[in-house]
Amino acid sequence: MDRILSKKNRVLLTELVRTDFKLRYQGSVLGYTWSLLKPLLLFVILYIVFVYFLKIGKDVPHYPVYLLLGIVLWNFFNEITSQSLSSIVGRGDLIRKIRIPRWIIVFSSSISALINLCLNLIVVGIFMVINQVPLSPSILLLPFNIVEIYLFALGLSLFLSAAYVKFRDVSYVWEVVLQAGFYATPIIYPLSMITSDFVQKLLLLSPIAQAVQDARYNVVTHQAVTSSSIFESFLYVALPMIIVVAILLGGIAYFRKESKYFAENI
Amino acid sequence: MNDNVAIKLSHLHKTFKLPHEKQNTLKGMVINFGKRGYETQHVLKGLNVDVKKGEFLGILGRNGSGKSTLLKVLSGIYTPDEGSVEINGKLTPFIELGVGFNPELSGRDNVFLNGALLGFSRPEVSKIYDEIVAFAELERFMDQKLKNYSSGMQVRLAFSIAIQADTDILVLDEVLAVGDEAFQRKCYDYFNELKQKGKTVVLVTHDMSAVQRFCTRAIVLSKGKVIYDGDTESATDVYRGLNFESTDNASRKSSRRRQLSGKNIETTSKIVDFKITDPEGNEKALFKPGEPFVIESSVLFKENIPNPSILFTFNNPGGTIISALDTHLAGRKMKSAKAGQTATIKWKLDGMYNDGKYLVSVTVRDALTQDVSSRIDDGCEFNVIGWDMPNVLVHPKIQYSLDVVD
Repeated sequence: MDRILSKKNRVLLTELVRTDFKLRYQGSVLGYTWSLLKPLLLFVILYIVFVYFLKIGKDVPHYPVYLLLGIVLWNFFNEITSQSLSSIVGRGDLIRKIRIPRWIIVFSSSISALINLCLNLIVVGIFMVINQVPLSPSILLLPFNIVEIYLFALGLSLFLSAAYVKFRDVSYVWEVVLQAGFYATPIIYPLSMITSDFVQKLLLLSPIAQAVQDARYNVVTHQAVTSSSIFESFLYVALPMIIVVAILLGGIAYFRKESKYFAENI
Repeated sequence: MNDNVAIKLSHLHKTFKLPHEKQNTLKGMVINFGKRGYETQHVLKGLNVDVKKGEFLGILGRNGSGKSTLLKVLSGIYTPDEGSVEINGKLTPFIELGVGFNPELSGRDNVFLNGALLGFSRPEVSKIYDEIVAFAELERFMDQKLKNYSSGMQVRLAFSIAIQADTDILVLDEVLAVGDEAFQRKCYDYFNELKQKGKTVVLVTHDMSAVQRFCTRAIVLSKGKVIYDGDTESATDVYRGLNFESTDNASRKSSRRRQLSGKNIETTSKIVDFKITDPEGNEKALFKPGEPFVIESSVLFKENIPNPSILFTFNNPGGTIISALDTHLAGRKMKSAKAGQTATIKWKLDGMYNDGKYLVSVTVRDALTQDVSSRIDDGCEFNVIGWDMPNVLVHPKIQYSLDVVD
């Protein structure tokens, strides 16, 4: 651990994240404001469509905030994986010319996404005040839900970014997987809309779904269906977390194996 | 490892798999499944090199000899297939100047980014920032985006940051190849400074004068092997020899190609042999200054020719004829040639011609009617290397007297 977070690596990580942020909204008039505006505008669209026209989520209290939190967390997952995916190839100039730990590049993409999430959570906070969501002490558990998503995304990112060096198809495949994942996760619809008990349970085995529902339970409303409320056996509650750990370890192993040959394969 | 040793490379092997057509897609993988779609290229073949602390090692070798691969392996960028790389101390590679420079960032931001790649934290860079900018002479431009810099400015900035690197072992790949004279002088000053400080340096370059000036030792690579390891004087000789050999081979190949090309004329006679040799008769295409050589050709007459003459000319690639020999004009006229006869002519020349490539043509014709019987244009090629004196065409033996009268 000492070596991983050596001074050199920390310095490099900070500088890469800083560069990432500087370049992200390069040339736009509103600059960093877009980090806040983007989820906000997306939220407006979804709100109009789902709450106003389709009238979904009437039985869920504070549904707009419930919806927004889900979107923000999903976007966090989406951003980490899709940005990390091309990060190694995108930084090919560094990899081919100097010796830096390869994981720092993937890690820095994920840190950028994490900072973005914090900005987005501010927007969520604002809507909580507007919507008069009662604060529950369980909100303190939110970081754990974020950690679950983060580690899951990081594991996938390590795997995807390394695979992308060899197979450029990965980006197209992942795009489709993300699209499918978006609908397979109860983000824009409340889980209670799913009538089949089996499908409900199946969906909640996904780490993302588990974390999103837990986060909604902790922050917005205790009526949110969570895996601990739906499964009797603790095994099923733990299963998504086991998946996260397995993906993370698998991702690290694969990345370590492949990273030796990044310089010649890019 | 011995404390005096900075780098120890043992039995280093590196192979690259070069796909014939890169299979970057799954579809390609499926279609070509099971086919051996690549060839392996053995770039480093069991290198053993020790670099002592404080040594300034030059690596010489022709393009494709494995120099850059070796640098990348010892910098930890490539992983060797076999063998080990042991590094004693902190190693900083400069495979290229300005790695990680981002054109969209300002010069200032790039200094901090590049500094971080060298391991400097923000406060540390801030401390030396003014020095860097002053050395690069870019005070007025630091807030401009890097993309608006000229390439010279970018190199200056990159170099100014690079020389701040606090390290024990430096690995430099042809950094001298860029920049103008003033920049090269700065590079040389930096090398001298490194030498004085007793740093270990590994330098790849094609600049022989730099090798002789700075390196304490040099190795020559050829086809992935160390073919020489020792003092710089002999190393540069070995390296020059490699270049000679390749020029020689290339010239012979192109001569052969031209002799076989369809543009040549062949009617009433045939040029059966056309070559350039040394005085002993060994075929050669590369000559040292002053080395005499012989242009030789044999002609087989297929019909009777009343007044045959053989004409040699040689010219430089620009087309200027340097010299010519016409047997009819030169005095030793040939009597009429009969069908079936073969004539061989050898033209011996002194090695007075300046450095460069020369192309020789041969023509057989009737001296009176000027009818061309056979001809090969530019059918032989020879090179002279080593005078190192541009702007003259020939080096005749010079004898002169000088009288000074008051």
